[in-house]
Amino acid sequence: MRHSTRITVGPVRFRIGSDWGAPIAALETLYAAYPEDPARPADATVRLFAARPWRRWLRPSVHIGGDFVVPDALPLPLSMGLLAAEMGMNLQVALGWRRHLLLHASAAAREGKSVLMSGISGSGKSTLAALLGESGWRLMGDEFTMIDPGSGDALAFPRAVSLKNEAIGEMAARVDAARLGPLLSGTPKGDIRHLIPRPEAVAAMHEPARPALLLFPRFGDAAAIERIGEGEAFVRLTEASTNYTALGEAGFGALTRLVRTVPAFGISYPDSAAGLALVEQLWAEAAS
Amino acid sequence: MSAVQHLTDLLAGRCEAAMLTAGEWEGVIGAARAEAMLAALAHRLEDAPLPGPVAALFCDERAAAAVATKQALWEAEMARRALASEHIEFVLLKGTAYAAAELSCAAGRQIGDLDILVPVHDIGRAENELLEAGWEWVKSDPYDDAYYREHMHELPPLIHKARDRMIDVHHTILPQTHRTTPDPLALVTDAVMTKSGFAVLSPADMACHSAAHLLADGDLQGGLRNLWDFHCLTRDFAASDPGFWGRLDARADKHGLRAVVHRAARLARDVFGAALPEGWDRRDPRDRWFKRRLLARDDWGRASNFALRQAFYIRSHWLRMPPRLLARHLWTKWRRRAAR
Repeated sequence: MRHSTRITVGPVRFRIGSDWGAPIAALETLYAAYPEDPARPADATVRLFAARPWRRWLRPSVHIGGDFVVPDALPLPLSMGLLAAEMGMNLQVALGWRRHLLLHASAAAREGKSVLMSGISGSGKSTLAALLGESGWRLMGDEFTMIDPGSGDALAFPRAVSLKNEAIGEMAARVDAARLGPLLSGTPKGDIRHLIPRPEAVAAMHEPARPALLLFPRFGDAAAIERIGEGEAFVRLTEASTNYTALGEAGFGALTRLVRTVPAFGISYPDSAAGLALVEQLWAEAAS
Repeated sequence: MSAVQHLTDLLAGRCEAAMLTAGEWEGVIGAARAEAMLAALAHRLEDAPLPGPVAALFCDERAAAAVATKQALWEAEMARRALASEHIEFVLLKGTAYAAAELSCAAGRQIGDLDILVPVHDIGRAENELLEAGWEWVKSDPYDDAYYREHMHELPPLIHKARDRMIDVHHTILPQTHRTTPDPLALVTDAVMTKSGFAVLSPADMACHSAAHLLADGDLQGGLRNLWDFHCLTRDFAASDPGFWGRLDARADKHGLRAVVHRAARLARDVFGAALPEGWDRRDPRDRWFKRRLLARDDWGRASNFALRQAFYIRSHWLRMPPRLLARHLWTKWRRRAAR
């Protein structure tokens, strides 16, 4: 492909190729501080391409391809090339990664232990993780958390945090502007702006952290805590995992161990400050 | 050298894994993934010295393939239980059969659907039993459904509502409208039992089916994996039975697949370095188009050589359908697309 780069996020090394230079340049800016390992071949390939040669210039639209593809995925305009790259990378991990049990969950760590937050889009799991990452925690990831079937540890996948809509302003007020990517407005997921994790989080991305708390956040309602039983946590996490079935017995073993050893709670919160307070409160009980 | 060339060299044992650069490995991994052969390559190189990250990835692939194989065999067991009450006998085909028979090509082989062969007179009963056991039709389009039933070699695909796995129930191994019509009765009659209690095709029939699947039943998409099947099958069968190639010749004749099987053998020689006996080890200038089609994959895992792929696509329809049927089929499909 005309333009390409390599990026290592957590245990996964990506090769990203593109028909256009802009998405690759944007990625390289966002991931400039990530460790480089030129001797390591990529595990996964992402391709950003024009469906027809002339569509590179004429109303350019970016198709997302790679080792694994979603058949009827719609292309994105070139101005959203960075989002296309992010979606392509997520797709390869979601459908192709087999070393760990993959949870669609954000995570943050403190003193070698981690809190995992699983929820649907809009639950605030990304924002909570980003906020924790700015308040004394190590951000492990805003999208995927990987569970090692052998040890039960959580492993980080600290890609650039995908801030959406209101979360953009919330985080922009707290961090150095140099850590923010370009504003992508009007995407299918609303406005998006990427946040580069703190250098400590990137430097520590290979350090595992034992899960100590499992949360199912829900943004919007009054502050509330609800204890979640092992069985329900198990079922919710099978639904939040893209490779649970493919891992077979190893996936079952990893997930049962997780829900049996880690307390789980549903939390509702009306705003970020309340959400953070709930996480800290439950953490104090769980990790002590 | 291209990535797909490296891939075939590694599979054939023509090149040292230790010689590849990081960039070359990326190409090999991408091409192998695109050909659904990464786990097969991982098995082939299990004892080779590999860079750490490649060894780790290959270890993942082998573990994942072991789970997938177990799940595929479980699906075969589910079909056996569904058909047992009516005493309907069936023969496993393709990937699941290789796994059930513990053949070497099963190592890391991706298994998609469960393919079974049922005698044609049992096909209606088999369909009823499967529907009762939780399988459902995938295609609800009346034209497609009728097309399958009238012209194809299998029932319209069924999918299990709980396990989300497909089953293809065949009554022969090539479409009824194909220029070549193998003898399905002979396939079933001469099937052999595996230790695990499943019937699979006899060695010669299995090689015939593998060749037919590779060269006569499609546009050679994913053909490299099918050729690897054929290569491993014939190599192993010939190693344990000195008369195998002769038996294969006779059997291919019976099914009208002589040219197809011979071409598959020559391609296995040209691509994977297979050793062929006398009478098989010939040259045919047309083989190079097939080889080129099999290797039409670039270093990013993309299908390359558009014109050649199109030519093979047209060829696949030409082989499978007489001209009048083909014209009618294309007309129906075109009208439906235009209406949408």
